[in-house]
Amino acid sequence: MKRRDFFAVLGGGLVVLLDDEIYAQETGGPRRGGGTAVPVEIGAWLHIGESGVVTVYTGKVEVGQNARTSLTQAVVEELHAPPASVHMAMGDTDLTPFDMGTVGSMTTPRMWPQIRRAAAAAREMLLDLAAQKWSVDRATLAIADGKVSAGARSASFGELARGEKWTRTIPSSVPLAEAAAWKVAGKSLPKVNGHAMVTGAHKYSYDLSRPGMLHAKVLYPPQFGATLISLDASAAEAMPGVKVVHEGNFVAVAAPDPETAAKAAGVLQAQWKPVTAEADSHTVFQYFKQTAQGAAASANLTPYTIAYIAHVPLEPRAALAEWEGDKVTVWTGSQRPFGVRSELAQAFGIPEEKARVIVPDTGSGYGGKHNGDAALEAARVSKALGKPVKRNWTREEEMTWAYFRPGGLIEVAGKVSPDGVITEWEFHNYNSGGSGLQSPYSIPGKKEQFHQTKSPLRQGSYRGLAATANHFVRESYMDELAQSVKLDPLEFRLINAKDERLRNVIVAAADKFGWKARQKTAGRGFGIAAGFEKGGYVATCAEISVDPGTGAVKVLRAVVAFECGAVVNPEHLRNQVEGAIAMGLGGALFEEIQFGEGKISTNRLARYRVPRFADMPVIESVLLDRKDLVSAGAGETPIVGIAPAIGNAIFDANGKRIRRLPLMA
Amino acid sequence: MARVTELSVNGGRRRIDADPDRTLLSVLRDDLDLTGTKYGCGEGQCAACTVLVDGVATKSCLTKVGAVAGKRIVTIEGLAPEGKLHPVQQAFLDADAMQCGYCTPGMILGAVALLGRTPNPTEAEIVTGMNGHICRCGTYPRVVRAIHAAAGKGGRA
Ligand code: FES
Ligand code: FES
Repeated sequence: MKRRDFFAVLGGGLVVLLDDEIYAQETGGPRRGGGTAVPVEIGAWLHIGESGVVTVYTGKVEVGQNARTSLTQAVVEELHAPPASVHMAMGDTDLTPFDMGTVGSMTTPRMWPQIRRAAAAAREMLLDLAAQKWSVDRATLAIADGKVSAGARSASFGELARGEKWTRTIPSSVPLAEAAAWKVAGKSLPKVNGHAMVTGAHKYSYDLSRPGMLHAKVLYPPQFGATLISLDASAAEAMPGVKVVHEGNFVAVAAPDPETAAKAAGVLQAQWKPVTAEADSHTVFQYFKQTAQGAAASANLTPYTIAYIAHVPLEPRAALAEWEGDKVTVWTGSQRPFGVRSELAQAFGIPEEKARVIVPDTGSGYGGKHNGDAALEAARVSKALGKPVKRNWTREEEMTWAYFRPGGLIEVAGKVSPDGVITEWEFHNYNSGGSGLQSPYSIPGKKEQFHQTKSPLRQGSYRGLAATANHFVRESYMDELAQSVKLDPLEFRLINAKDERLRNVIVAAADKFGWKARQKTAGRGFGIAAGFEKGGYVATCAEISVDPGTGAVKVLRAVVAFECGAVVNPEHLRNQVEGAIAMGLGGALFEEIQFGEGKISTNRLARYRVPRFADMPVIESVLLDRKDLVSAGAGETPIVGIAPAIGNAIFDANGKRIRRLPLMA
Repeated sequence: MARVTELSVNGGRRRIDADPDRTLLSVLRDDLDLTGTKYGCGEGQCAACTVLVDGVATKSCLTKVGAVAGKRIVTIEGLAPEGKLHPVQQAFLDADAMQCGYCTPGMILGAVALLGRTPNPTEAEIVTGMNGHICRCGTYPRVVRAIHAAAGKGGRA
């Protein structure tokens, strides 16, 4: 939306634009704003309409991390507006300011304070207006529950905004209320669109339709990287209503209903040129080492391996595309609407403002929906056929053609003095990534390195990503070192942890868990792990049982102490912690992508086990609320401690040190 | 086999014209626009597609529409017909038993059926009864809490 269009589109009222000079500094210049769209420097903006509806525009999206509710809370807190009057317009590239993406747990630390600032500025505008209209001293005004009042006089926000066309631009450096002064934030606001979810009314991308829409199905090669030699589409084309799109290696069919499209795809006769795959799920760890960059590691390190895993968002990728002349609109579940817009612009050779991406609240992402694969497919078919086109991926497609959390080889070594002080530490991560690589313990001589390698599979972001792998290895190996000097794992960690925030979570988790009073019995084990990631500290204690016959591990109890600065919404934070444990359990215990010859063999839920009700331990969380610190994101960090805590508990139970993820192979 | 021309859905009769071999999931979503019933896997593994058929929780992705003609089908859209939430829906809201919400309709209908069979389930009965449902966001503990809360509050279908 152009600046001058605000009031034409929205009617009268008040508008606050938030200048995001912090962002500009961090990225070293103006952001790409897509020409005439929202002014490039705007981080968020807020409108109070004549009906009193408050609309906040942000490029963030809701993928289950509860951004819609926590951002609403920010507005309610600062503006004193009733929650029901606040509407969050999210992730629409034509309406909302540019945003890098809802990635890396940045919504709370970055957007939340911005929106609070915008709302605070709007509050001041309302007070200015009321003072002016009633000719009263501003100090005598009260603002609460969507109304400004002075003595017996009172006006709703809508009444005050009526007939106004007032814009204020504020810098993002305006000071904010101290966390201790928060009223609504810090308490729990129920999920704002929860009603639409429990009634089935919410439309995910998967559920959307447009009049005259066709359903598309893409013909994928039988192996990654295979190229098309020939295609006979005559049988498909003979089917009523079916259209075939063939552009180079890209083959798709479209039909008025999804089942016909699937049938038509099934009768395509394609010949593919086979490829020789360079690695499979067994040889891949060697392959990482062979293709590694960076200085060589010392000899005699202890190797750990990390399997590739899939995100398995319950809503697979989906997109609906519609062209109007030379402009395409795509509805799709993505964590990076503006990134998808760029992909579209590039693919079709159009300026960015000729592509509009709208992201309905999405059936989760966990870092798996950063790009626009389905969006590009839908737009391509739609362009070729001149009709709106829907492209819903099946589960098998989602688990084959999306990207994976990288597998990795990690090699580690350390030395420890007899009194438990770590004196040397060497740590090499091949392929799984550098985040969380650095030990949060105080170690004088450290060598820590991430080595880029080739990956036989397409890989990308994942909740907790490399931090999960690095924490698994570091915290497992911490126990190996503790064992070597016969020290209790908790004691050993406290000897080497000097960072106060790290110590606090370790102590909090151990206390709540009853670490010191734990009772060892046959087949039971206890483990502890801690770490630091994305501005938050976490410590996890786990109690497990191992079946003596099958070796099957059941996690009985997990205690997570988490400190991510000032707590915004404790209830949702607990929900995120529980979710992280539930998800982390899968990667810890049994999730593993198996592949060979350029094919995924675990591309269905029947072959790829994800955590279920029966896998859940009792989860207890201890939230350390540091009102004096900025709020960090919470979607990822709590996941990093569960795998090593379980691995350590298995060792405690049966003396077996398992140096691979998943732990149960 | 003859085409299916009518389904009883959410207390009403709906005209359709469907090959009896098509899945109930597809007919509900694509023909009747009842998109509250979700696709998650298409192979009976996730229960996102759960509906009630004569009160029994049924995975609509594995159910042929020909097999349910004449039976009473309830989808998530039919659980609160007059706008007043079913106690199980309310319990899910109260317990914050959702993150992305994609599994939620199936979970709720699964829970309604469970409470129909076992009005006051133990935790173990909830876990066993609901184990076919996947929540990738990991809201399991909250779903268990929600079902406990709904039990005994007329949580039956
Ligand atoms: S879609 Fe039916 S069980 Fe998954
Ligand atoms: S809430 Fe996201 S899958 Fe259950």
